[in-house]
Amino acid sequence: MLNFLARRIVQLIPTLFFVSILIFSLQHLLPGDPALIMAGEERDPAVIEQIRQQYRLDRPVPVQYVYWVKGVLSGDFGESLRIKVPVRELIAQKLPVTMQLAAMAIVIAFLIGIPAGIVSAVKKGTAWDYGANLFALWGISTPNFWLGIMLIFLFSIELGWLPASGYVPLSENWRASLASTIMPAFVLGNAIAAILMRHTRSAMLQVLESDYVRTARAKGLSERSVILKHAMRNALTPVITLGALELGTLLSGAVLTEQIFSIPGFGKLIVDAVFNRDYAVVQGVVLVTATIYITLNLIADIAYILVNPRLRA
Amino acid sequence: MTDTALNVPMAVSEELESPTRRALRRLFQRKGAVVGLIVIATFILLALFAPLIVPYDPIATSWSLVRKPPSALHWFGTDDLGRDILGRVIYGARASLVAGAISVGIALSIGVPLGLLSGYRGGFIDALISRITDAMLAVPFLILAIALAAFLGPSLGNAMIAIGVSATPIFIRLTRGQAMSVKVEDYVEAARAMGNPRWRIALFHILPNIMPALLVQATLSIAAAIIAEAALSFLGLGQQPPQPSWGSMLNAAQRFLTNAPWMALWPGLAIFLVVLSFNLVGDGLRDALDPRER
Repeated sequence: MLNFLARRIVQLIPTLFFVSILIFSLQHLLPGDPALIMAGEERDPAVIEQIRQQYRLDRPVPVQYVYWVKGVLSGDFGESLRIKVPVRELIAQKLPVTMQLAAMAIVIAFLIGIPAGIVSAVKKGTAWDYGANLFALWGISTPNFWLGIMLIFLFSIELGWLPASGYVPLSENWRASLASTIMPAFVLGNAIAAILMRHTRSAMLQVLESDYVRTARAKGLSERSVILKHAMRNALTPVITLGALELGTLLSGAVLTEQIFSIPGFGKLIVDAVFNRDYAVVQGVVLVTATIYITLNLIADIAYILVNPRLRA
Repeated sequence: MTDTALNVPMAVSEELESPTRRALRRLFQRKGAVVGLIVIATFILLALFAPLIVPYDPIATSWSLVRKPPSALHWFGTDDLGRDILGRVIYGARASLVAGAISVGIALSIGVPLGLLSGYRGGFIDALISRITDAMLAVPFLILAIALAAFLGPSLGNAMIAIGVSATPIFIRLTRGQAMSVKVEDYVEAARAMGNPRWRIALFHILPNIMPALLVQATLSIAAAIIAEAALSFLGLGQQPPQPSWGSMLNAAQRFLTNAPWMALWPGLAIFLVVLSFNLVGDGLRDALDPRER
């Protein structure tokens, strides 16, 4: 186990190194002088020169990279060009908003996806199974920005039950906070529920054909007990670790969902930064996203081994 | 005994059938995949013959027709600039289908050679390509596509490049894994023993045998690429107005949800139908090409 952990962590170093190269080189994809692009409307040569020196754009590219990495390692992601606030502060402000959305989305996804997967496997070949499979196809194929717009139309405009946009922090008013985030959280959770449903179904089908389930049935246990105590517990462990890996889907989804519901989170931060050509923010956000994703992958791997005794040796 | 005797002619006919024919026969036995194929074919035909089908210019504005609900003249209604929505949905299929096909084409043409090289050669090259792939996979697909499209500049062409590059690591990883499992097979060993050069073995012995897995992934990736193109166009990073695209139509529709909800319904439904169809065909292909189901 310790050997595996050490090997897995050592593997992360080159991956993170290439992530940093990838993100750093984004800025150099731009045709033309980066200082001119960063200056935007400003055409004063003195200002452009100042930008060039401030961001060390007058130095060779590898030197620029070393300075950037040094900054990142000490927690300095640079400063937003537009609002002159450190990128670190911006991320610290916006990340909790997206985390709240993501947590709600994961809860919704588990509440829908896992029961649907279990029912679909237990009642294989019946109308329940077809219904659950249709739901999964719907979840995977619906663009979340369209679903968001349709939900706003139904629940905000037609029925007037929920606010169409905006965000209230949980600490301020929990009821208003839930009302402002339930629709975007459902939009985000919908696609993941579909993926979880498929994983749960195939894991359950595999477990239901196993010897120990057959033995449990042969012992005369009730079907309910066989499914809940014997099959489900074994089928769900890999599904839960797989659920953790859906964070990438969540963060991708948050970009558009936060845009539609005007939620000031991580996703909206990246879109605003893209449109303001605020490259330091784009680089910072992408780097933090990748680091979170890599860390969660590692945790999921460890969790998978911890819950699966056969892999522990 | 009787069963065995009855099964013999079936087994022989299965053996005689070519793998492609068998896969096609199995694909057409799946209702979902057939429906998906019909819907995709319909959208392709609509996109190809759009100028012959659509009676209105999809770009021409008309102030007397602003935000008219669906009617006999304009089946899907009109948008905020008085343009016929049905016509724009049909022309929008061009951007979506082309973006889906070209992005996946880009991902395949970079990902498959790199995956073959990585899986077949192994060693340092494999380690290097694998770590770069891990790095790219660590950035969520759409975020990478948005970042790339933003840095390249907003246009449909750049959006296709951004989506294609973002989808590449999936194909590198898939090809590498498949190549590694195929390269130890007897027929590859035989080809090597006959003195075939490495490139020949990779291209003529390994590649044809990993095609089924690539085909399934490519079909499912077209669905993801169509959603990504719509997302980028929705954000203003893909197809630029006034040219029609489903994503940019949804963006405009968002501002008029209260008094013209039909503007949001049709382009979204079109994306949903096409993506659903590619997913159905992808699932069908996976089952049809699965050797365990023979």
